[in-house]
Amino acid sequence: MHRAIALRRIAPYALLFPGLLWLVLFYVYPAIQMFLVSLWTGNISDGYAQTWNWGVYPEAIAEYWPWLARSVVYGGLATSLAFALGFPLAYAIAFRGGTYKNVLLFLVIAPFFTSFLLRTLSWKIILADNGLLLGPLKDLGLIPDDFRLLATPAAVVAGITYNFLPFMTLPLYVALEKIDKRLIEAAEDLYAGPWRPQGTIVGLAIGAVLGVVVGLVMEYDPILTGIPAALIGAVVGTFLISQAFVRVTLPLALPGIFAGSLLTFIPAVGDFVNAELLGNPQSLMIGNVIQARYLKVTDYPTASALSFILMVAILIGLFIYTRLLGTEDLTGASV
Amino acid sequence: MATIATSARRRSTAARLGRAVDRWLLPIYVVGVTAYLILPVAVMILFSFNDPTGRSNLNWREFSIAAWLNPLGRPGLADAVRNSLVVAFLATLIATLLGTLIGLALARYSFRGRGVTNVLIFLPMSTPEIVLGASLLTTFIASVQLPFVPEGLVFPLNIRTILIAHIMFNISYVVVTVKARLANFPRHLEEAAMDLGANEWTTFWKVTFPLILPGVIAAALLAFSLSIDDYVITSFTSGQTQTFPLFIYGAQLRGIPVQVNVIGTMIFVTAVGLVLLTTISQRRVAARDYGGATA
Repeated sequence: MHRAIALRRIAPYALLFPGLLWLVLFYVYPAIQMFLVSLWTGNISDGYAQTWNWGVYPEAIAEYWPWLARSVVYGGLATSLAFALGFPLAYAIAFRGGTYKNVLLFLVIAPFFTSFLLRTLSWKIILADNGLLLGPLKDLGLIPDDFRLLATPAAVVAGITYNFLPFMTLPLYVALEKIDKRLIEAAEDLYAGPWRPQGTIVGLAIGAVLGVVVGLVMEYDPILTGIPAALIGAVVGTFLISQAFVRVTLPLALPGIFAGSLLTFIPAVGDFVNAELLGNPQSLMIGNVIQARYLKVTDYPTASALSFILMVAILIGLFIYTRLLGTEDLTGASV
Repeated sequence: MATIATSARRRSTAARLGRAVDRWLLPIYVVGVTAYLILPVAVMILFSFNDPTGRSNLNWREFSIAAWLNPLGRPGLADAVRNSLVVAFLATLIATLLGTLIGLALARYSFRGRGVTNVLIFLPMSTPEIVLGASLLTTFIASVQLPFVPEGLVFPLNIRTILIAHIMFNISYVVVTVKARLANFPRHLEEAAMDLGANEWTTFWKVTFPLILPGVIAAALLAFSLSIDDYVITSFTSGQTQTFPLFIYGAQLRGIPVQVNVIGTMIFVTAVGLVLLTTISQRRVAARDYGGATA
């Protein structure tokens, strides 16, 4: 009996040991090593020395803050767009999917079975100047001949939004699917009606902000993108958003919103593939800088400093976000 | 009275609008967004049947199955695909083993250090891939200064360093998948086995393992697909070794050969087939085991 009790006490640690050792050796230790490398001085041919050169951090930020800021803006915008696209999709599958539920879920995850690079390269074919999308439109004379999408910030944000849309949709679906539909019926029985006039105002405001940011980022006229977006937001807010949705569905979907936005924003902000394949030299992100500093310029200290800044910024943001929106088990909501 | 009448009218307008949205707007929207999700996959498959002029496969010319008849017919492509398969297979095997053990520990035991373990599992998933790749690169570079690391083991970078990285990023996903499966684990079945005289070893293999197997298979499929598709982390840990995603990236600068689309399509079809197969077989098992009980 004593042996059994002793076994139960060591058993969990024996099960944990090999996997956690791997994570300590190849996740925790490398993070520390990367920090140490950021404080090296030297170059690839003469060798490096640990000089504790703290100046690399202010220098890296001063030199590369536009790339850092652009990454946060692109990542945030792609996350918002993925939410705007993914929420109605997840809602439709969870509440109105019926017999098509599994087929639709399968279609949402199907892109994962294709290489990330090949999907992004497909967008290159689709968005090309005379490609599948713009070619026919130009032949019909609907858009001017010099109009382009490929090699613009719009293509980068669209590519990121596309690539991480399933990461947003799946957690939203899981959260919405769990909601007891009787709660919504109960709210309607208790006279929850259209959400007016708040819906109109909130829709107008969110649409306007998103539209103006899209306009600024994509280098269009922010007024031309802001006004239609505000109108769409107002129509959606006025006619499609009910009190039951705001008071019941949305709060209950919060864990999914939380998980989905993190699962989208974190990879989006560190991405460099979309910017490289679909963008231009003015739309590069911090990931492109880090990759080039490591693999092309071999400026390891600066590259490590930028990479460390990115990691710490995300962890701090994550901590604050968890405190604000807090769900106890983020990973649980993601599966 | 007036207010009740107004609100009733309002509700019926809202109800009519709601029905119209349900019937027309939502289905059109769902079809549109899923088409958007599938479009690049369809383009990839379509362009595997293209007969491009020159090297770039960016414009549709004419239908051809030449690339399908010779899918590895590009210098370096066969090596890259083989390396990808070797790494994905080994990384899946090891990560599934290590991750399943952690999942079991988290689901079955209460112990000190659970919080730290959860954080350690969660961190790699919430770190951008580029940071994971970069930190491993610095570690492998700096390892030449460590006396106890044999020369040539991890630097210069080689297929071993790719494997180390892939196991690392897969462990967390395996843990999360297996843990989700174990959340509603029927503990009483294990207790029943023990009461009937089975020892811990027999109980594990005869009761616990068959019950967690679907979760383990799901985790392994996820790990394999993450591994075979990984570009970002691999690009930092590969050195001169080529994998399929690295081959694509290298080729896109000169023009993607049609063969890449063929292999991409093969991977897609295999993955879809495997997922459908496991889903169907699990439904069969579930129907056989629990069908009578739930009906």
